[in-house]
Amino acid sequence: MNSRTSTIFKLAVMAGVLAFPAFGSDFYAEMVAKVLILAIFAMSLDLLVGFTGLVSFGHAAYFGIAAYAVALMTPKYDPANLWLALPASILAAAAAAFVIGLFVLRTKGIYFIMVTLAFAQMAYYVFHDTPLGGGSDGIYLNFKPDATIAGWVPFDLNEPHHLYYFVVAAMLAVYGLLKLVLRSPFGRVLVGIRSNEHRMLSLGYATFRYKLAAFTLAGGLAGFAGFLYAVLFGFVTPEYLSWHKSGDVLLMVILGGMGNLAGAIAGAAALVGLQEIFTGMTKHWQLLMGLTIVAAVLFMPGGMAATPARIMARINGGKTNE
Amino acid sequence: MSEVLLAAEGMTRRFGGLLANRDVNIQLERGVLHALLGPNGAGKSTCINMLSGDLPPSEGTIRYKGEDITALTSYQRSKIGIGRSYQRTNIFPKFTVLENCRLAAQSRKPRPWSLLTNALRMPEAVERARAAIAEAGLSGREDRVAGTMSHGEQRQLEIAMVLATDAEVLLLDEPLAGMGSEESAQMVTLLNRLKATRAILLVEHDMDAVFAVADRITVMVNGQVLESGSPEQIRNSPDVQAAYLGHEAEHE
Ligand SMILES: Nc1ncnc2c1ncn2[C@@H]1O[C@H](COP(=O)(O)OP(=O)(O)O)[C@@H](O)[C@H]1O
Ligand SMILES: [Mg+2]
Repeated sequence: MNSRTSTIFKLAVMAGVLAFPAFGSDFYAEMVAKVLILAIFAMSLDLLVGFTGLVSFGHAAYFGIAAYAVALMTPKYDPANLWLALPASILAAAAAAFVIGLFVLRTKGIYFIMVTLAFAQMAYYVFHDTPLGGGSDGIYLNFKPDATIAGWVPFDLNEPHHLYYFVVAAMLAVYGLLKLVLRSPFGRVLVGIRSNEHRMLSLGYATFRYKLAAFTLAGGLAGFAGFLYAVLFGFVTPEYLSWHKSGDVLLMVILGGMGNLAGAIAGAAALVGLQEIFTGMTKHWQLLMGLTIVAAVLFMPGGMAATPARIMARINGGKTNE
Repeated sequence: MSEVLLAAEGMTRRFGGLLANRDVNIQLERGVLHALLGPNGAGKSTCINMLSGDLPPSEGTIRYKGEDITALTSYQRSKIGIGRSYQRTNIFPKFTVLENCRLAAQSRKPRPWSLLTNALRMPEAVERARAAIAEAGLSGREDRVAGTMSHGEQRQLEIAMVLATDAEVLLLDEPLAGMGSEESAQMVTLLNRLKATRAILLVEHDMDAVFAVADRITVMVNGQVLESGSPEQIRNSPDVQAAYLGHEAEHE
């Protein structure tokens, strides 16, 4: 797919997403919002997995920490202030990622996968086994954060449409931010680290600091997703930090095509969509899901992001045009 | 009086029971091309690895412009002006030639916080990268994906990347190995020109090339310095002839 068709395709999808609440039911609008939130989550992980070469298997920890942060910041009978709760939740997730990053980034390869998982499991048990966040039952968020600024109400997250467009704006903002990051000198260094960290060191790059910055940024953005998820569904459970969630988001990145932001978004849509279809079909939907993932990995190397180019190559008789 | 940029004193490296470098003393001066000779396994790459910070020495001191830098890591040494190339090509195979060198040049002014900058359009880094590509004889191949080039071209890129960092000390581990004769000759000319403003350590097996560019030669055998001196001295040294040059001749 050349860049013009790809841009047109992205704009068409975007137009569909923007127009959706006017046509779709609230149920499906909530599902689209869920996809967009998970797309933020998947893009944040792709920064690590696809662009920096850091396969984190504990990314749900930062998602969950921010979700708990907003739940715990919300008083029992009042909403929290959005403009305080949102940055505070993101900062909590980023701070956790920074501290954990100081440890896990000293390891490589399979050990990195294991220690990121271990730290996420520790975070899971903190919420699961202590009364801090309601234990294994989780905690309700009775009021969605209040967006009032000095008496002025720009929007109201209790209005489903307002919340929907807030999520759309958040997704676009994260996409735009990551595009900028990847285009910047910092982003080029991350991609260099994925390709050949040893040579980056010998060229004079303090790769550890770059990886720590990427890990912290990815944690913060995962936190943004966790915050939105908690606000959308109105409750938080330890499952948000579970290794299933870490695995799901890794699958979104792989299905979509690692190292491609639009791919991460497509991967999130595909996973949520497939889950929706398969749970409607059979009790044993996990089995169908597993088979689909195996088939996708086998027959779509490079993920969904690489598929249009492969199809075009077929049509053009084996000549690749990208 | 020449200016000593990099100096190793009593540099030793053990791998288990193996003494890969034993009490090596070596000085690299600005304006001097210092060749390091020795049979395979003599410890030449180990010596470069310690000077560049890729390997910590077991014993000894390394100084840069008089300051003890033994504890500095490889990235810190690169930052202060010590650059190296690798015997085994060590590039970014999926990047273009230009991006390989641009990334090398970017390291001089990394600007990690300027998120609004388009890295591919940083004028200084791009210019320096293009100049390095031209010097290494890769002009016209800026947009080639590095990994798809011939072995010889990848060897040229290996050098272009160090040049793009604008290092004052160049540690070159068998840069000519794998290059075509034309490229080799071009590289020898380049080395002759570069050494005016830099200190160069050159590990090389091609004797003709070495005697064409070296101002000083150190011969290593079994991890130890056998002899160090002017090319004339080395050429006429009976020890060197017995241990190395003669040894080479036997095989020819
Ligand atoms: N990382 C390493 N671990 C163990 N032994 C090594 C290592 N690197 C080099 N050696 C050994 O040290 C000796 C010197 O190697 P090297 O410095 O590569 O020699 P040269 O570059 O002169 O051919 C050789 O015997 C080699 O096998
Ligand atoms: Mg060697």
